[in-house]
Amino acid sequence: MNVPDVTASAAAGGDLIRLTASELASKLAAGEVSSVEVTQAHLDRIAAVDGDIHAFLHISEAALETAAKVDAKRAAGHPLSELAGVPIAIKDVLCTIDMPSTSGSKILEGWVPPYDATVVAKLREADLVPLGKTNMDEFAMGSSTEHSAYGPTRNPWDRTRIPGGSGGGSAAAVAAFEAPLALGSDTGGSIRQPGAVTGTVGVKPTYGGVSRYGAIALASSLDQVGPVTRTVLDAALLHDVIGGHDPRDSTSLPDAWPSFASAARTGSLKGIKVGVVKELDAPGFQAGVQQRFHETLDLLASNGAEIVEVSAPHFDYAVAAYYLILPAEASSNLAKFDSVRFGLRVNPAGGGTVEDVMAATREAGFGDEVKRRIILGTYALSAGYYDAYYGSAQKVRTLIQRDFAAAFEQADVLVSPAAPTTAFRFGEKLADPLAMYLNDVTTIPANLAGIPGMSLPMGLAPEDGLPTGLQLMVPARADARLYSVGAAIESLLEARWGHTLISQAPAL
Amino acid sequence: MPDITTETVAHLANLARIGLTPEEIEKLTGELGVILDSIAKVQEVATDDIPATSHPIPLSNVYRPDVPGVTLTTEQALAGAPEHDGSRFTVSAILGEEQ
Repeated sequence: MNVPDVTASAAAGGDLIRLTASELASKLAAGEVSSVEVTQAHLDRIAAVDGDIHAFLHISEAALETAAKVDAKRAAGHPLSELAGVPIAIKDVLCTIDMPSTSGSKILEGWVPPYDATVVAKLREADLVPLGKTNMDEFAMGSSTEHSAYGPTRNPWDRTRIPGGSGGGSAAAVAAFEAPLALGSDTGGSIRQPGAVTGTVGVKPTYGGVSRYGAIALASSLDQVGPVTRTVLDAALLHDVIGGHDPRDSTSLPDAWPSFASAARTGSLKGIKVGVVKELDAPGFQAGVQQRFHETLDLLASNGAEIVEVSAPHFDYAVAAYYLILPAEASSNLAKFDSVRFGLRVNPAGGGTVEDVMAATREAGFGDEVKRRIILGTYALSAGYYDAYYGSAQKVRTLIQRDFAAAFEQADVLVSPAAPTTAFRFGEKLADPLAMYLNDVTTIPANLAGIPGMSLPMGLAPEDGLPTGLQLMVPARADARLYSVGAAIESLLEARWGHTLISQAPAL
Repeated sequence: MPDITTETVAHLANLARIGLTPEEIEKLTGELGVILDSIAKVQEVATDDIPATSHPIPLSNVYRPDVPGVTLTTEQALAGAPEHDGSRFTVSAILGEEQ
């Protein structure tokens, strides 16, 4: 038996973690590297940096075993999917039969679900290798991971700053080269805003385009599961794996979808009309974000795209409508955490009825933001206020859909900054819930309308050297266009920079 | 718009089955007032002629063939429960003594 050269294999591991999922897939298919080696390299990276980054809440004990099985299948000549053997991190909002699934909450601490989410089952069928579960704001309520019951995730670009949220763990894992791919969920921007502030790519698919069976629900008319990656092509490859109809999700669209990877590989801007949403190009945004946004528009214009200004007047009401609809739906969805079937139970001193046990359990098990939103949602739905609040918010939703419909008459794709600022510092918005909510102003309209959106790196803001993100939005069911236009913009920007943005992240 | 009082918050917490300390009620009362002032603007444009949208891409009559599928075993269903007796979830008394 050969004695392994430890130095050489450590160097090889360091190289492996820097590869994209697509590059890893090619090397795996060519037999240049095994899934065990790739998986070990990422586990080593997690061991080295995650004490500091805290992207993960749980590391899979089965990852190497899973990888070995994929290697054996490949050796035996079994047909394998394109991403077979590539490791992936999974947001803790998704149920996994072999790992705890807490949604970032104490009320589900240690809970291991009796079934896999459909998207997780699809990953397993396609022979991807789950590495572990990623940190998030509790029940996906937040924009910073500061509302996780298990402590915040740190931004790999600057560890005094937030990685975005709610899916800050998935974005940070990918940005810190702890995983080439991750799954996220996006209710008001929880995939796209973390993507923007960590210099990574995040996609919220069309509502109903990806199954939500086994995703712990926040707001059911808004939630959507999607890919978190370092490149547009990787996002497309992952979307191809997780997308499609699921009879177990009654909101799942029965549509047949084209290959998103093909769309990404044939990206083009020729003749594309790019609509700049006037209301999302606002003076309140950080100057460096706006500067990079306008430079990007100029780059697109000089490369075959036609830039048009569009107006979506009701976007000014989107955050308000969202913070009525989301709490209302969340207050209903989170009623299931009642201390009976799963999770925490706290028996009040001196006993009491099951209702007293529920109140004590939810008092101890939910964090401040969750309590705040459940109370707000209960108010919005209560007799006498329902029409004024929840009913009005649903009407605003109609107006926003109409704004999008009118805008898409004039443009093939709409663009805006993906987040109004770069990553803010820990604690900066924690004491002011409203300021935290306003950070989602750019991403919320797509969720209210059910349309797909993507965030991709747009350069570093000059004033703080931190990543900014470009958001693309396309009509419902036109996800393929996100990937073709997104890939074209990505390659134009990288050609101008002479490198990928993520390669500029500081060493950890 | 009605003012949010500590009594309102205490009532909502009871409806939502969340125990809150007097300090938490006090804090939430202030925060909810500010949040509601900000989000009440939806009423400015929500006129009678605008229909409500509850789902962005509504589907109706979503059926599947009525055939038996894989379901959880009793053991699996009970595995995550805080307390069970082997075939049922165990809870404390549903009704208070006075009932």
